[in-house]
Amino acid sequence: MAICILGISAFYHDSAAAIIIDGKIIAAAQEERFTRIKHDASFPENAIRYVLQEAGITYGQLTAVAFYDKPLLKFERLLETYHAFAPAGLLSFLTAIPVWLHEKLQMKKLLRRQLRKLEKEDDLGKGAKTKKENNKTNKVPIYFPEHHLSHAASAFYPSPFEEAAILTIDGVGEWATATICHGQGNQVKIMQELRFPNSIGLLYSAFTYYLGFKVNSGEYKLMGLAPYGDPQSPETILFKEKILSALVDIREDGSILLNMSYFRFVTGLRMTNDKKWATLLGIPRRQPESAITPSHRNLALAMQQVTEMIVVALARTAQRITGSKNLVMAGGVALNGVANYQLLLAGCFDNIWIQPAAGDAGGALGAALAAYHIAEQMPRIMRGQPPGPDAMQAALLGPAYTRQQIATVIHRYNATAEYVADFSMLSARVSELLAAGKVIGWFQDRMEFGPRALGNRSILADPRNPCMQQYINLQIKAREAFRPFAPSVLEEDAAAYFDMQGPSPYMLFVTPLKAALRFPVPENYRQNIYERLNDPRSPVPAVTHVDYSARIQTVSKTAHPKYWQLIHDFKALTGCPMLINTSFNVRGAPIVCSPEDAFLAFMHTAIDYLVMGNYLLERAKQTAVQNIPAQEYMPD
Amino acid sequence: MEFFKELFLFLRTRKKFWLLPLLIMLLLLTVLVVLTTVPALAPFIYTLF
Repeated sequence: MAICILGISAFYHDSAAAIIIDGKIIAAAQEERFTRIKHDASFPENAIRYVLQEAGITYGQLTAVAFYDKPLLKFERLLETYHAFAPAGLLSFLTAIPVWLHEKLQMKKLLRRQLRKLEKEDDLGKGAKTKKENNKTNKVPIYFPEHHLSHAASAFYPSPFEEAAILTIDGVGEWATATICHGQGNQVKIMQELRFPNSIGLLYSAFTYYLGFKVNSGEYKLMGLAPYGDPQSPETILFKEKILSALVDIREDGSILLNMSYFRFVTGLRMTNDKKWATLLGIPRRQPESAITPSHRNLALAMQQVTEMIVVALARTAQRITGSKNLVMAGGVALNGVANYQLLLAGCFDNIWIQPAAGDAGGALGAALAAYHIAEQMPRIMRGQPPGPDAMQAALLGPAYTRQQIATVIHRYNATAEYVADFSMLSARVSELLAAGKVIGWFQDRMEFGPRALGNRSILADPRNPCMQQYINLQIKAREAFRPFAPSVLEEDAAAYFDMQGPSPYMLFVTPLKAALRFPVPENYRQNIYERLNDPRSPVPAVTHVDYSARIQTVSKTAHPKYWQLIHDFKALTGCPMLINTSFNVRGAPIVCSPEDAFLAFMHTAIDYLVMGNYLLERAKQTAVQNIPAQEYMPD
Repeated sequence: MEFFKELFLFLRTRKKFWLLPLLIMLLLLTVLVVLTTVPALAPFIYTLF
């Protein structure tokens, strides 16, 4: 009988569900994609329904359910922290404790209740069952692997390595904020951990907050802003010195000690002690949406550099402790592509693999894998001779939609679409449109799992166009013009453009452009953040960041045949083997999931063409479209 | 009942029995809050204080 394990992450941020059958990842998806609420933290009932449907099983066939952390241990941390800091933190205590006592503390009961509800709905849909068959989920064991064990499992088990050092870094789980583990065969052993409140993720989030971005989602903005800072500026150097002398003490092994008098996340409902920070740094907290000054850019750069120092030091320790040549990573900080590239440069590991859903959503997958390999003691099945391909299936683990389902949406809104039966012809047509400067919404096959659109729910454009970065940021995504775009480049051509060996299929490494391809920039280049974007920095300016870096995605023919063909056709036409790839969403909304989401996003933005499966929709022809609901733009 | 059993096992495994008074106080407060929301019982609760 097959071993089917459902993994769940929920109730904090980015809830998700994943299912594995006999160790093979069948499906995984974030709840936000179905509810259309960004970073939705609610119980992932839609995601669970989807993964079970994709796996073709019912609740009664589940062997086990795995939740991605230990609630009692987390509650212990909360109580001890409040106790240690009392009477400070009373307000935060009074806000947090009722939710815990009412719901989170009895997580097992809560999970069973939710699953029973779903099972009941399922039964109603399929007709009545006998009493014995009902409520089978009551008997299914529920495992609670530790938060960082879930991350470690999500990094190690799908990786192409039989043995590896594992580094997990995020805000906080139960007590751990970072761990060094060792994975061998089907076992993961936690070797060392850094404990709350000393947290690299929370330190980064504190800077995200101080720079006026939203915690838990604005961290990308800080990373994108950092290259606009001037590394030679005395201000940047001073910021870095102040961070290292007053805010965080970095030890040789990469562990850190935060000076808690500067932080409020333990006792307050804010991240930082704003007054003390302003005194230390000489600049007040930036108000959200206000102008970004050179000091903000330099501060972002200083913090990014400090993060890189910590991550590299931790990786060196992981190498020393485990003696491994392979490194795998997960946890929110593992999404910091700039730090990841520094790891490659540091050269302490021969191979590095990072879980594409490195944040909490990936915890659902990790929990299921930990339950399968550790609790159920099932062996790992390696795909080919290690290091072979990973087990993530290009992270395309979400729902796909049939031609009929797409056609239904087109008819529902009375849209005008052309069906191009031959994909080669469609690809050739779309590449011509891209070369002509058009922006394309590209919706194909299964949705990506994790925060990145990797070519199935993407907005695509020509990277050679110097105006394209600002155009897409402002006109299509309604977001800050400074934010960079990533290129999707043919795997075989990546080395000709970027200083990187090996593939980067998940956009997790920010790599420099080849020196020979860089255009010189004017002397006053560092004066204005937005004017800089007008200077073409390379033959592909729209994907070359101001420091000549790019967060590349290499596209392989075997893993991503349709997307590869499109880029290949674009190359045949233009000589350029890459496209701009940005997630297909509008500001404040999650990446599109269904054809309806894609069509509405298309209608609410200035995207020129939408491709859904083999349907091609042109904006100019959508004159008869009806019943489009109003779009509310939310700040992201 | 399963919850209290698990809670006890947790405190024993973690050797954190010193958290017990804190937990009892919190649970009593919760019970009080729940009871005061029941209209029939609320007047009796108020007379206690």
